[in-house]
Amino acid sequence: MLDAKIPSGSLENKWKEYKGHCKLVNPANKRKLEVIVVGTGLAGASAAATLGELGYKVKAFCFQDSPRRAHSIAAQGGINAAKNYQNDGDSDYRLFYDTIKGGDYRSREANVYRLAEVSANIIDQCVAQGVPFAREYGGLLSNRSFGGVQVQRTFYAAGQTGQQLLIGAYQALERQISLGTVTMYNRHEMLEVVTENGKAIGIITRDLITGKLDRHFGNAVLLCTGGYGNVFYLSTNAMGSNVTAAWKAHKAGAFFANPCYTQIHPTCIPVSGDHQSKLTLMSESLRNDGRIWVPKKKGDTRKPNEIPHEERDYYLERRYPAFGNLVPRDVASRAAKERCDAGYGVGSSKQAVYLDYASAIERYGKIEITKHGRNPEEASKEEITVLGKGVVKEKYGNLFDMYEKITGENPYETPMRIYPAVHYTMGGLWVDYELMTTVKGLYCLGEANFSDHGANRLGASALMQGLADGYFVIPYTVGNYLADEIYNKPIPTSHEAFEAAEKKVNDRINTLMNIKGKTSVEKFHKRLGKIMWDKCGMARNEKGLQEAIVEIQQLRKEFWQDVRIPGEINEFNPELDKAGRVADFLELGELMCIDALNRNESCGGHFREESQTEEGEALRHDAEFMHVATWEFKGESNWTMYKEALNYEVVKPTQRSYK
Amino acid sequence: MEHYNMNLNLKVWRQKNSKTKGEFKMYRVENISSEMSFLEMFDVLNERLIEEGDDPIAFDHDCREGICGMCSMYIDGKPHGPWQGNTTCQLHMRAFKDGDTIVVEPWRANSFPVIKDLVVDRTAFDRIIQAGGYISVNTGNAVDGNALPINKNMADASFAAAMCIGCGACVAACKNSSAMLFLSAKVSHLALLPQGEPERKSRVLDMVAQMDKEGFGSCTNTGACEATCPKEISISYIAKLNNEYLCAGLTTE
Repeated sequence: MLDAKIPSGSLENKWKEYKGHCKLVNPANKRKLEVIVVGTGLAGASAAATLGELGYKVKAFCFQDSPRRAHSIAAQGGINAAKNYQNDGDSDYRLFYDTIKGGDYRSREANVYRLAEVSANIIDQCVAQGVPFAREYGGLLSNRSFGGVQVQRTFYAAGQTGQQLLIGAYQALERQISLGTVTMYNRHEMLEVVTENGKAIGIITRDLITGKLDRHFGNAVLLCTGGYGNVFYLSTNAMGSNVTAAWKAHKAGAFFANPCYTQIHPTCIPVSGDHQSKLTLMSESLRNDGRIWVPKKKGDTRKPNEIPHEERDYYLERRYPAFGNLVPRDVASRAAKERCDAGYGVGSSKQAVYLDYASAIERYGKIEITKHGRNPEEASKEEITVLGKGVVKEKYGNLFDMYEKITGENPYETPMRIYPAVHYTMGGLWVDYELMTTVKGLYCLGEANFSDHGANRLGASALMQGLADGYFVIPYTVGNYLADEIYNKPIPTSHEAFEAAEKKVNDRINTLMNIKGKTSVEKFHKRLGKIMWDKCGMARNEKGLQEAIVEIQQLRKEFWQDVRIPGEINEFNPELDKAGRVADFLELGELMCIDALNRNESCGGHFREESQTEEGEALRHDAEFMHVATWEFKGESNWTMYKEALNYEVVKPTQRSYK
Repeated sequence: MEHYNMNLNLKVWRQKNSKTKGEFKMYRVENISSEMSFLEMFDVLNERLIEEGDDPIAFDHDCREGICGMCSMYIDGKPHGPWQGNTTCQLHMRAFKDGDTIVVEPWRANSFPVIKDLVVDRTAFDRIIQAGGYISVNTGNAVDGNALPINKNMADASFAAAMCIGCGACVAACKNSSAMLFLSAKVSHLALLPQGEPERKSRVLDMVAQMDKEGFGSCTNTGACEATCPKEISISYIAKLNNEYLCAGLTTE
């Protein structure tokens, strides 16, 4: 049923072999072939630009006012690449291995190896585009280390790596727009995939300024529309991030894989009240120097600086002496939740732990004194603190400033309060080795697909995957499909398939507007988020998931009877845009719970309380669950699951341990 | 940090679309927490407007962490409000006190027409980039990333310019609606890197020509742009832009 089309041959030769034998399209024919790209983040912008360079007729779409706004821009820490510039033993194989292990042995070997293989090309390409990566005094590129690995392979541009990479891709895209190979549609949202005989032939979009629906034909359609973390209402995603394009594709026949795999990032600024609209991440790099703790006494109301050292519980150092504060994201998040649930949380909400820089400030201060040829024992405490703060400011200044803006507290003086938050979704549309979904001619790239991160993504790997898919994978694999498309005439948008798809979109919008209920879209979204976070969040169990499914069905029913959308259809109407997206989240949420219920094991970001070791660690069941769970949409609340078995030919899966 | 609640008066620009005339409307908001962000205060107000059967206030926003450049409110006469080096989405309500009246307008510039309420059309910026704000290198042509060492100071200066988020606050702050800070940031980002060298002259000439075509005003070195830039991009980049433009103009064949 599911054919991943993984090329034969040894792991390191698969991609070379594929590139050597895939079909090509000659330049004269490329000009006749139209490719639609939805979304202009790292995956979408890089794909649209590269396909434009190759000579295809490209149409690109984004819902923001400019392609440069896509949420890839918010990535802070960095991008991994197996360059081995540090001579510390890195290689394609190491990057491949770390990613497979980090994903808790739930990703596909062939895809991950290809990702590692092209990672070095990404850095070269970005440098050539003028991406100002951090450099050493010798003028060469700088690297830093990131969670869960033993080499330094992360390239970065201060705390704004995503921004710089996206602007590189955006500039390449704007260049193609000026050359006429790409037509850009800003403030347009894709609302339907048009298919004929199981093949994607175009999309229906809505102009978000005028409300007008448009039909677009494409020989191939590429969805690069990001993740669905906003199903939880509160997440580190942008306000507009949504599942709509991927969900329309799912309902048009594309299978959805591993929807329950969600990454909860351990270091985010905690919720401060009911008004909260989104959560802000504090880079993983902060765990390099910060120490995480809670008071040893339950419900301790003293200020953090008044709690003496011996009355603090540095629980990560206590539980995981080998990795300490640098355990992977899933482990750190669960440990914070465990302490807060047990009543040791801090702050007014009691849903937070401390991330403390006092020790780091002292340590760096003493080093500075030593650098000046003096004995730290002779220096005053104040002097050490001043010097130490200077060092911390240079390393993490922009993050500390951001924390202060949001909370009004000075993190140099008092420990930061942090709590885990939804950050990334590893699940997504199922794709084969060529990134094609189960619908012919419909591709999915970047976070929107499921392919490379298994059950948990390592830091600095999302940027790598988005650009790998867009710059280096899709230009080959889409060609292999389009080579056969040259025999087919473009389908006019007056075709009945377009007619029917547009009618479907139109009917749905009219239905939404005509409900004229009493409750705002936002209120439904918040309620859905609460169900998801409480019952399909950091820890899940059978009873909770079963309840969640019923509650979501009920909430969905209520939504379609009582939602109130102000304004008109044919005008700029953000509430209407949001209503469509929340309606889709109300369907996706149910599937996530079904998938989480079905996967009766703990792996990576998916923690089933029934499946843990005696020490409370995640326990996998490889014999039963070493597969991709892939869901076919059959009708409301009705899905069929197919398994793609994961065969580990090179890596031998083991239970992860960080003790 | 002490938390407090406040009641405020908002004087907000309302405009149905680009074809109609706009006007200020007054709104009273109550029990606003000092911990809220400025946009969350607007969320609260919009929820109420929806409940009351009114049209909510349209505004642009997306990442809400100060990096995407989408949010754009002109608050009490200053783009992005009173805080230094800050975007609207990162402005928090503790910047205000009980009883304040806050005036909120869209970016005002002929080149940024209003779409609705506080939402404006900034596609002119995209077209300026299209005129040459890139390095012409197709995917697959790159040499090794370390083949060409770049002086760290130059790389850092290039990065400081590349931090521009394209929000348009510089234009909104300028009495001439000049886009020179935005343009200078892009020209400097690329001119400071060896990879940008081959197109250095044509880039600056073409981008300036496009800026003029879009109807942005001239720079008179007032410095309002630098003072309001959320990424604190230095006005010295405008001096660099002028230098680049002059040299290119004198030496281009």
